[in-house]
Amino acid sequence: MIRNTTSAYGWVSIAFHWLMALAVFGLFGLGLYMVELTYYDAWYRGSLDLHKSAGVMLALAWLLRLIWKLRNPQPQPLGNKVWEHKVAHLTHILLYLLMLALFVSGYLISTADGRAIEVFGLFELPATLTHANQEDIAGVIHWALAWSIMMLAGLHAVAAIKHHWLDKDKTLVRMLKPGA
Amino acid sequence: MKKLMLAAGLSAALLMPSLSQAATYKIDTQGAHAFIQFKIQHLGYSWLLGRFNTFDGQFEYDAKAPEKSAIEVTIDTTSLDSNHAERDKHLKGSDFLDVSKFPQSTFKSTGFKSTGAGEGVLTGDFTLHGVTKSISFPVKMIGEGKDPWGGYRAGFEGKTTLKLSDYGIDYNLGPASTTVEIGLFIEGIRQ
Repeated sequence: MIRNTTSAYGWVSIAFHWLMALAVFGLFGLGLYMVELTYYDAWYRGSLDLHKSAGVMLALAWLLRLIWKLRNPQPQPLGNKVWEHKVAHLTHILLYLLMLALFVSGYLISTADGRAIEVFGLFELPATLTHANQEDIAGVIHWALAWSIMMLAGLHAVAAIKHHWLDKDKTLVRMLKPGA
Repeated sequence: MKKLMLAAGLSAALLMPSLSQAATYKIDTQGAHAFIQFKIQHLGYSWLLGRFNTFDGQFEYDAKAPEKSAIEVTIDTTSLDSNHAERDKHLKGSDFLDVSKFPQSTFKSTGFKSTGAGEGVLTGDFTLHGVTKSISFPVKMIGEGKDPWGGYRAGFEGKTTLKLSDYGIDYNLGPASTTVEIGLFIEGIRQ
């Protein structure tokens, strides 16, 4: 099953979900790690190049996922607590918006001097805005957004586990198995 | 021309309350005829150059009384520019200048010793990264005179080498990069 139905996810949505989750957590860890590396660490430059390249790829995946999401039926939330559905929906929207803001802020750090971002040596993402101190301001925002997303993703995961163990519904299972 | 200058000098002398008063020059940052650059070894293989884009200050100078020369410069450390945003961010961060804590660096002269025509050694208190030290370094006049727009200008240059660890900056950039050379290239407009 490729496409979603109103009760189950197709494998495209599932793949987007888990691959992007992996990328988000991976980039978060890499980001925290790379800023602590010192000048003489062999990976001082490579870690940043990877973070930037993977970040641009993640942004592309975000866009494709959004297009896919809008062109597919959405599985209806399980359980009958309306406030839970509202919180879940808000969390999902926030995750999308914060990720978008995260991409923009990261992009603005690296391109603040007018240099393009080279993505895995495949193509270049050109610079646009080059404001004074842009790298500092965008850097603070990028950091705060990354932590916000981590906390929100944590809430999202806890909620999924709650659905699985306490409510004993298919919320988590259907994100693992196409057509479930 | 000579007559005109003589006349200008005479009228200036007559108008001035004190003849020994050195003239005050405002550093021409508005027209960007002043530069504060830094230069540090990269790995010991080449040089990295950068500058501070925002600063201001003024100096006192009188060719007839060079000992009265004085200068005050305030540098906005957040304006550091090495033509690479990620490096600038790092240099402005807590590993180096920590500009959110120390947004200003200042130099205030405490003395000037003439060592020849248009040359001397400037001494003053330099504050960087919250650390103040008295430093002395040679300065040299490049030239002075009227500009084409009705003003009078004088320009100087000076450079000094600072040990980063003296100013509490101990990030390991390698053995060749423990000192940084600061270059001042300033032009002032007489007020």
